[in-house]
Amino acid sequence: MAEMNIIQSLNHTLHEAFSKDKKLLTFGEDAGNFGGVFRVTSGLQKQFGEERCFNTPLSEAGIVGFAIGVAQKGLKPICEIQFADYIFPAYDQIVNELAKMRYRTGNEYPCPLIIRTPYGGGIHGGHYHSQSPEAQFLHTPGIHIVFVSGPYDAKGLLNTAIQSNDPVIFFEPKRIYRALKEDVPPEDYFIPFGKAEIAKEGKDVTLIGWGAQHHQNMLAAKELYESYSLSIEVLNLRTLNPLDIDAIVASVTKTARCVVAHEAPLTMGFGAEIAALVSEKCFLHLEAPVYRCCGLDTPFPNALEHEYLPDALRVKKAIMDIMEY
Amino acid sequence: MQQDGKKNETICWMDQNGELSASCPHDIEDAILVKGYKTAVLTRHIDRQMIILQRQGTISFAMSCLGEEISAIASAAALKDDDWIYPQYREYGAIFWRGFSAKQYVHHMFCDANDIIFGRQMPNHFGSRKLNVVHVSSPIGTKIPHAAGAAYAMKIQEEKNVVLCYFGEGATSEGDFHVGLNFAAVRKAPVIFFCRNNGFAISTPCQEQFACDGIASKGSGYGIHSIKVDGNDFFAVYGAVSDARKWCLDGKGPVLIEAMTYRVGAHSTSDDPSLYRDDEEVKKWQDKDPIARLRLYLEKKGLWDSVKQQELEKEVNQQIEEAITEAKVTPKPNTHSLIENVYFDIPRSLAAQYNQWVKTP
Repeated sequence: MAEMNIIQSLNHTLHEAFSKDKKLLTFGEDAGNFGGVFRVTSGLQKQFGEERCFNTPLSEAGIVGFAIGVAQKGLKPICEIQFADYIFPAYDQIVNELAKMRYRTGNEYPCPLIIRTPYGGGIHGGHYHSQSPEAQFLHTPGIHIVFVSGPYDAKGLLNTAIQSNDPVIFFEPKRIYRALKEDVPPEDYFIPFGKAEIAKEGKDVTLIGWGAQHHQNMLAAKELYESYSLSIEVLNLRTLNPLDIDAIVASVTKTARCVVAHEAPLTMGFGAEIAALVSEKCFLHLEAPVYRCCGLDTPFPNALEHEYLPDALRVKKAIMDIMEY
Repeated sequence: MQQDGKKNETICWMDQNGELSASCPHDIEDAILVKGYKTAVLTRHIDRQMIILQRQGTISFAMSCLGEEISAIASAAALKDDDWIYPQYREYGAIFWRGFSAKQYVHHMFCDANDIIFGRQMPNHFGSRKLNVVHVSSPIGTKIPHAAGAAYAMKIQEEKNVVLCYFGEGATSEGDFHVGLNFAAVRKAPVIFFCRNNGFAISTPCQEQFACDGIASKGSGYGIHSIKVDGNDFFAVYGAVSDARKWCLDGKGPVLIEAMTYRVGAHSTSDDPSLYRDDEEVKKWQDKDPIARLRLYLEKKGLWDSVKQQELEKEVNQQIEEAITEAKVTPKPNTHSLIENVYFDIPRSLAAQYNQWVKTP
């Protein structure tokens, strides 16, 4: 078993998948010979040819629109949007075409494909290299929303995305692309969509997150145990659509308290949906309202990004607050 | 191919009297011309009936292709049946050419239980997997990059097929047009971009849509072989698409065809064109009717006469009448279809919503 970071794990998974399945192709801005600005597609063009791994013109709407046609014709594109902040020129293609295609064509021209995109803050990227736009896509039925939080998950989730019959937006935490190493099994494995990981069991509070935020949550849980012997159950959702509501309900029913943490702004973030579901399904078990620990309702800042982000310190504060409610 | 789209050069081989130019290089089989004519007559009759049904309140909406029938039918006729078509809403003549029946079309226009897409879209959003016609989408330009992608997939799978993508001149102002052409050109995708320049995007005339010399010149800017034809001339349209198809399959990349025509009808049943254009202008174009032109040619060649016309009209009217009678008693789509095909499988959460709010006990 090899130790890999997230980039290496994704690259390894793509190589394995490409060698087994000739229907796979990948493209995006600088995704060809150069291997993408984060090098996730590195080496694919050399090994599998320019027809299956290539640079595209600089247009996100074009990348997604082109991928839709490729997928309708029966191939499986894995396209790359260089930064999630730049996905918005493709918003119409994603929301009005990709997500609705199976439905509006009466199941006749589905277009299962994968949009890989690095997201999130903590890299001094300012407004346009830091955002977490998941909520903008979760309000659109028809697309799966996946969040990678580590090298092991990266492979298992990407393999599942490749097998999926539905379109997938595959969010990758660029902040920890290289910072985190884990053992990644060489053989194929699949992490099912809609199954959260209970990363740490606990009994006092349920703490929910995804992607890079999950590691801040783990850190907060560890420190709270060391300082106050608080027992935090940490859920890493892995996929937001489908959502593992059963895991959330089971956990909150046990702990009676729930905190959701995400990098995206508080208002209308996915935390709001989780809070609504928990209040609906766990109302009589709750000792406190659901708390949300999130980015501020501001554009993503630059110099003050660590003040903006819900880091472990802020998560700890939210948990102390909910314990005192 | 005859030419690149240069200023004011519109290829026309058959004049309004049905006279074919002696220099026309295209030899079209009689059977194709007759089938094309019959398809055009069906298209025009069904078009008229759908508008009447909308005015009577029987269906919600209809879009006319009056005066533009031949551009769609002649272009579809020049393709092979396993070539893909991405139509806009006004090219139902193309799907009739492929064999879509009056019944299938009318069920779709009624959005009823026998509509292929379960009434999920507005009328005029036809399509068929069996006929390799991708269902229409309301946004006007979004399918242009799709067509490029599908054509690229054909190319790398070494299929000997092309994609034809229809759109109007208004769509060429959308980013998706530029993006689709550029991607297709760079990847040398075998796709024919077919622009029906019918003079109007709802009420907006060409001169308020773009300042350049039509659409063909836009293709040249992307390195795409571009050509402008008389869209009401069966020979010009058929010939251009046949040549373009060959060009694509020779690996030379995409082709853009600008077919000059005129939207004699309204944009849709929600539109009133008398508010923004002169009756005189419309009348001028009514005199250039593409179906009448083809009929004159067929008659001169002894392929058509008034007896055949009478028989055809009787047959077409009967088909349409039967289709309408059937659609009028066809129920709405199955309620459960509401939650099907959003995903490959129905998610548990969606099934729960359905059971809670929709399903009657």
